Amino acid sequence: MSEQKLQSQTVQTTGHAWDGDLQEYNNPLPVWWVYTFYATFVFAIVYWTIYPSWPFGKGWIGGLSDVTYVNSAGETKTHSWNTRALYLEDMNKAAIEQKPYFDKVNAMSYEQISRDPEATAFILSSGKALFADNCAACHQSGGQGVVGFFPNLTDDDWLYGGSYETINQTLLHGRRGYMPGFGDVLTGVQIDQLANYVASLSGLQHNAALAKAGDVLFHNETAACYYCHGVDAKGRKEIGAPNLTDGIWLWAGVNATPSSEGKVAAIRTVINNGLAKGVMPAWAGRLSPEQIKVLTVYVHDLGGGV
Amino acid sequence: MQPGIEDQLGLYQKRIPIFTRSVKGPFRRFKTSVLVLAYATFFLLPWVPWARPDAPAQAVLFDVMGRRFLLFGLTVYPQDVIWLALLLFIAAILLFFVTGLVGRAFCGYFCFQTLWTDFFIWIESKIQGERPARVRLFRQPWNQEKLLKIGSTHAAWLLVSFWTGMTFAAYFAYAPDLVLAFFTGQAAAAAYITVSILTLATYAAAGLMREQICTYICPYGRFQSVMYEPETLAVHYDAARGEGTHGRASVRAGRGIVVERRGRELAESTVVQERRRVNRNSGERALAERHEQGLGDCIDCGLCVQVCPVGIDIRDGLQYKCISCGLCIDACNTIMDSFDFPRGLIRYDSEKNLALPSPAPVKLEWKRLKIIGYGVALVLMSAYLVYSISTRGSFDRAVSQVRQPLYVVLSNGDIRNRYQIRITNKAAEPQTYTFSARGIPESALDLGHFREITIKPGHSGLVQASVHLPPDLASKIHQFEILITPNGKPDETRVEVVHFDKPSLRP
Repeated sequence: MSEQKLQSQTVQTTGHAWDGDLQEYNNPLPVWWVYTFYATFVFAIVYWTIYPSWPFGKGWIGGLSDVTYVNSAGETKTHSWNTRALYLEDMNKAAIEQKPYFDKVNAMSYEQISRDPEATAFILSSGKALFADNCAACHQSGGQGVVGFFPNLTDDDWLYGGSYETINQTLLHGRRGYMPGFGDVLTGVQIDQLANYVASLSGLQHNAALAKAGDVLFHNETAACYYCHGVDAKGRKEIGAPNLTDGIWLWAGVNATPSSEGKVAAIRTVINNGLAKGVMPAWAGRLSPEQIKVLTVYVHDLGGGV
Repeated sequence: MQPGIEDQLGLYQKRIPIFTRSVKGPFRRFKTSVLVLAYATFFLLPWVPWARPDAPAQAVLFDVMGRRFLLFGLTVYPQDVIWLALLLFIAAILLFFVTGLVGRAFCGYFCFQTLWTDFFIWIESKIQGERPARVRLFRQPWNQEKLLKIGSTHAAWLLVSFWTGMTFAAYFAYAPDLVLAFFTGQAAAAAYITVSILTLATYAAAGLMREQICTYICPYGRFQSVMYEPETLAVHYDAARGEGTHGRASVRAGRGIVVERRGRELAESTVVQERRRVNRNSGERALAERHEQGLGDCIDCGLCVQVCPVGIDIRDGLQYKCISCGLCIDACNTIMDSFDFPRGLIRYDSEKNLALPSPAPVKLEWKRLKIIGYGVALVLMSAYLVYSISTRGSFDRAVSQVRQPLYVVLSNGDIRNRYQIRITNKAAEPQTYTFSARGIPESALDLGHFREITIKPGHSGLVQASVHLPPDLASKIHQFEILITPNGKPDETRVEVVHFDKPSLRP
């Protein structure tokens, strides 16, 4: 701004004078600012009217805006507007939309589901979400499990059986795998013998002499392994005792060890220490029967069942 | 003012109203034909019926809810987005190509801003009269006449704007149902919102803002300007001819004679033809007289300014506001004809040609690297689009390997890989698809109970496939093919190559 302009400007004061010559400039707020400020008052009052605002007694003033939804029991619920009610509205809406599909699957036999493309497509998408929410924490997102902790659900080896019915039982009631440790019962040599025998069952490299002695221990009352794993060592699904003759190892890190000594040592560790960590929680009560049915088919299809 | 302190210029300029005079001539005729053709297409297309078995009988329908565009016999699904990309690419290249050749032809003749503004000006002139009447009406105080004329003009604009918005919305829903629902209050909220916004936008853009859109808002006009080359044809005023050495001057006694001007209406009769021949001589004489006095051919009648829809004076040279509509050419030629001066004082010409001491006849110079490059790109892209649409399959497929886990070792040592096959039926009727494998034993492919699957039109189906191979075979097979065959159409079989993963061969 030019000097002339500054000089020509008359400065407005409030008109008061203190102490003879103390004056106060009058610089009012810009008009647009003042009106915007008033507008915020109007906005606040409108907002309080529409949305929940003030605490009132034990509750609060709910406002004019409502959220209405139908819950899973078919009851119509109305809340004053709040984000939790919006969340419930969304969840219930989604549940109602999914219901016909869950009902359809629930009314079908496993055999019918496996032949129905629409039901299978529903299982693939909803099962994937249910599996990711509830199962993937242990069994991993693709169902591949973790060796030494959680079984692989994508292979063809099922500890408790891979039929629809047994998978459903596993999901509903959970499983508790247990194997006693033989470190206190048997001598180190006997455990070596057993480890070599177990290695021989699935064709791994082993000491034939030790394995021969292990064969005896396995089948007599000293170790009595046959009691759970069966005389043919192919396991017993009713108690979850694994098949020792195949190439799948859940508890012993056999496949992760390149050397044959290491493989035998891994088996030896399991025999010596036993196992108490094969625990699968029960899902009955946590998930609905329809959801468990969806998961049953989903898990069955992961590994193709048996 | 002190030195060094600049004058404060406002960034806002109040619109100077423009009242265009109507004009006749080839450019006006061309603009009118484009307008009629474009309006006929835009307003009538949603009402063209087209029988379909599974969709509304509307020839052009952008079915957003159904995630498909129905264009006559063609159904476009979201997977075909490459076509849209190609179309946009072709449109862009076409714009570059045309602009390089003949300047902002798009702006002047085809742009919807120009078309709607042109139509609105036509309405304005039909209600309020020709330019002088409109200027008078603008200047006179508000009275009953002004209120009636201005009011009815705006009402007519709003009506056209509304139908423009309505027609746009009709492309997105079955038109007869939509219009009925719209007026009975039954249509979706989106329809009312779309129509309202478009009505207001059309009214504001074509009725109130007009050339300001082109001057201040539109980016296309700006970037087309940088595509001009010295050889590009554009609307130019031949300043050398028009200004002479002493500038332009109106026709007055002693500075070029006034000749018979009423002859044009009767131009067809032979008598008049004869007189024109004589007049032509008098025109030549008049020009010679002007040239002797150092005057140019421009008689400064100002008609070129009066007809300009963006309110510029083309005689100031090529300028960014010019939308290259050619109306000033028509206007100037009308005047030149009436004096029997040669036409083309304002004409399509190139900067390069005009810079010559004596400009050569106008010709389109297309033998330039840029033009040929754009031309080739245009032809290639259009050919690819046509090829891509004409060879489209009746279904879409995607085969993806399950990657978690990549492979599974089974209890007997076999290796299993799993795949998900997703099929989208793009045909108009339900279709059954069968699957088979090539490159692995036929028995290795396990599809559960879904060796074939039937899919409804416009729907997708998902099939899980698993392949298990014995270790010796697995180590040899790195990839194989999955064949998808629509039943009864073996020539439409599609082959997808997929990988087969196995435990690493690392030691």
